[in-house]
Amino acid sequence: MQYALMIYAEPGYAEGLPEAEREAVLAEFTALLDDPRCVASAQLQPAETATCVRVAGGRTLMTDGPFADTKEVLGGLFLVEAANLDEVLELAARVPVTRFGGVVEVRPVVTR
Amino acid sequence: MLASLVGFLHDFDKAEEAAQEAFAIAAERWPASGVPPNPGAWLVTTARNRAIDRIRRERTLAGKIHLLPVPEAVMEEIDETSIKDERLELIFTCCHPALPLDGQVALTLRALGGLETAEIARAFLVSEETMKRRLTRAKTKIKATGIPFAVPGAHLLPDRLDAVLAVIYLIFNEGYSGRVDLAAEAISLGRVLATLMPDQPEAHGLLALMMIHHARRQARFSGQDGEDLVLLEDQDRSLWDMPQIAAGRAVLDRAIALGGRGAYVLQAAIAALQTAELIDWPQVAGLYRRLADLTGSAVVELNRAAALAQAGDPAAALRAVDRLDLDGYLYFHSTRGELLRRLGRDAEARAAYGRALELATSTPERRFLTRRLDQL
Repeated sequence: MQYALMIYAEPGYAEGLPEAEREAVLAEFTALLDDPRCVASAQLQPAETATCVRVAGGRTLMTDGPFADTKEVLGGLFLVEAANLDEVLELAARVPVTRFGGVVEVRPVVTR
Repeated sequence: MLASLVGFLHDFDKAEEAAQEAFAIAAERWPASGVPPNPGAWLVTTARNRAIDRIRRERTLAGKIHLLPVPEAVMEEIDETSIKDERLELIFTCCHPALPLDGQVALTLRALGGLETAEIARAFLVSEETMKRRLTRAKTKIKATGIPFAVPGAHLLPDRLDAVLAVIYLIFNEGYSGRVDLAAEAISLGRVLATLMPDQPEAHGLLALMMIHHARRQARFSGQDGEDLVLLEDQDRSLWDMPQIAAGRAVLDRAIALGGRGAYVLQAAIAALQTAELIDWPQVAGLYRRLADLTGSAVVELNRAAALAQAGDPAAALRAVDRLDLDGYLYFHSTRGELLRRLGRDAEARAAYGRALELATSTPERRFLTRRLDQL
């Protein structure tokens, strides 16, 4: 089954970390990217770069900023292929943001 | 039977359908051909074969490969022992932390306890529609997210076993506050778990705890409608189920022999000590201290304070209680009230019992506190 791991963290959480810790975080992300179960991934630019688009009455409306105004913002995502939820939850717990107050939302992907 | 089928088919709805079909076939055949030597095994085997047939038909119709592998049909093996016990896998599926807690509870009672949806709804005081939705949501999430039917690996087991124990204990406590059926259900689930995981001390600890508590249920309430709460020290011990207490102590011994020092084992040990003729309160207080160290719970600290008071030191107990931040908790105020009363500070005791009464939600609690206030 395929799952999306959506990574929510407080913006700039990594900047506050000591150098060694930051390197460890980077290494953990790299290890996840290198995991054979990782199908695709994307790291997003900061939430300030977000634009929300709606269409009302044929007109395209644009607003600056992310869709949800929360402390933690979507920072990136992984697509993984795994046998079952337990396997994915283990991968999700390895995403380093989870140690610094961040959250990983796990959702199965619709198969066609 | 349902547990065995769900465990085998990895699908709750298919299992329920198959069970119904097997019962229908039995109702048709048994009156004429006689009841088979092993009716339970016959039903399970028949249901399994029916389910496999159905899956094959659906696959042919759909013309594509499903994720579910088709189990092999074996009609000859109508022998109880040849049917693998799939209940343990099922327990871990039903109590998966990815499911909402109310869904875990409902599914466990439905699939493992074999309770009807309507019965579960009644026990939790919700409508049958609500309970049906709750069950459907849980079953759908299992299917859609790929929650496995498996006993978690060793590195995941401690956390996941905790989740299972928590669900069973929650069911027990629902029953403890008056609906006895659920408590008995929880004990039988606890027994299944302890049998299937004989090396897990906490599984035995939980079973022992529930058995010892349950053995005292007749003495916990008095009055015409069983509306009055009776404290441990005032309980009529002739109402205790002594054989069940002895059985609970034996289960506890097993837990301790396995090296169990966890939260359920400690609570069971406390409950066992409290069934002694002369209660060793200093030892009870000591066990509460270990439990508090383990759980960091203020409620446990409160119980430790109550044990200190029973050991003869209400002043020390009150000092311990006043350090706790439990203002919204009924038993914090009722314990303070009791300690203040013993120290002869009646006005303060009255205020504390009054605050407890404001927080009381059940009739037995309210009646108990009113009586205490009247006695002051």
